[in-house]
Amino acid sequence: MAEETLFEVLHSEIINYVLQNGESRNKDGKDEDLSTIEYIGFSTGYRLIERLTKEMPRFKDELDTMKFICTDFWSAVYKKQIDNLRTNHQGIYVLQDNAFRFLTKISNGKQYLEAAPRYVSFTCGIIRGCLANLNIFCLVTAEVQNMPSCKFHIQVQRT
Amino acid sequence: MSRSSTRFDTKKVNSELVTLTYGALVAQMIKDLDNTDDVSKQLERLGYNMGVRLIEDFLAKTGTGRCLDLKDTADKIQTAFRMYLGVQPNVTNWSPAGDEFSFMLDNNPLTELVELPDDLKGLRYCNIICGVIRGALEMVQLDVQSWIVQDQLRGDTSTEVRVKFIRRLEDAMPAGED
Repeated sequence: MAEETLFEVLHSEIINYVLQNGESRNKDGKDEDLSTIEYIGFSTGYRLIERLTKEMPRFKDELDTMKFICTDFWSAVYKKQIDNLRTNHQGIYVLQDNAFRFLTKISNGKQYLEAAPRYVSFTCGIIRGCLANLNIFCLVTAEVQNMPSCKFHIQVQRT
Repeated sequence: MSRSSTRFDTKKVNSELVTLTYGALVAQMIKDLDNTDDVSKQLERLGYNMGVRLIEDFLAKTGTGRCLDLKDTADKIQTAFRMYLGVQPNVTNWSPAGDEFSFMLDNNPLTELVELPDDLKGLRYCNIICGVIRGALEMVQLDVQSWIVQDQLRGDTSTEVRVKFIRRLEDAMPAGED
């Protein structure tokens, strides 16, 4: 599908832009600053979920919301469902995608593993933004051991 | 891969996803750069990089051959608009010499859901489109200039993207390759 390519190209250009911009600002900084990419994802997710869920009934609970993210939302944005959802029922959720859209075209295995964080932080932001708008405040991190599979860890913040 | 059904209209979600992501990017750029002209320039550059890659996808998917003349090129770009943005612009305002033309977009998916605040009225929000056209055409040996003439965000009735043909680029082989 053509319009899907457009999004993929836009996504990689965002990463490109943020990294170049970060480089020119602090020359010595060794760690790449991915928080900007995450934030762009956050604002996208925050707005997107509002439009997607406006006609839907309220979610039953936190787990119901997570299931929605793993199935309907993930299929709409990433063209497949999350392969595995695990939780400890105390606010930790692990979403595993065995063929993550942004990694499938980069590598199949451990090659280029050091570049993987760049391609997952936008999605961490998307998840955090979606959940924030659904009144679940959380920390989202990603773990990539073997591309193209990826695990997203969601840690709900209880107050 | 389980290509499962979703209760959403995927086409619409995808287009909104692009719109919102692009909006978030522009907002970030405005934060990063002080000057709206710099933002416009940066957007064009970003579009250029996208165009360089999109042309390949376009050629692969449509299997289209060489263009006979600029009118042909314009028609193909029109097809590309429909493929990637889902809108069909009109090709109009040809210059008498036939080296300049415009795309008229009645509705522009990029600017849906977007409003420009007064202090950013100078921003060329859709400059990315110009960049994409320039980048894509450069990859098929056409040097063009492209700019936004009318913009719905600035109160015009439609978005007009102007394209001007500069010259044909000659194939330049990298040194040492025959």
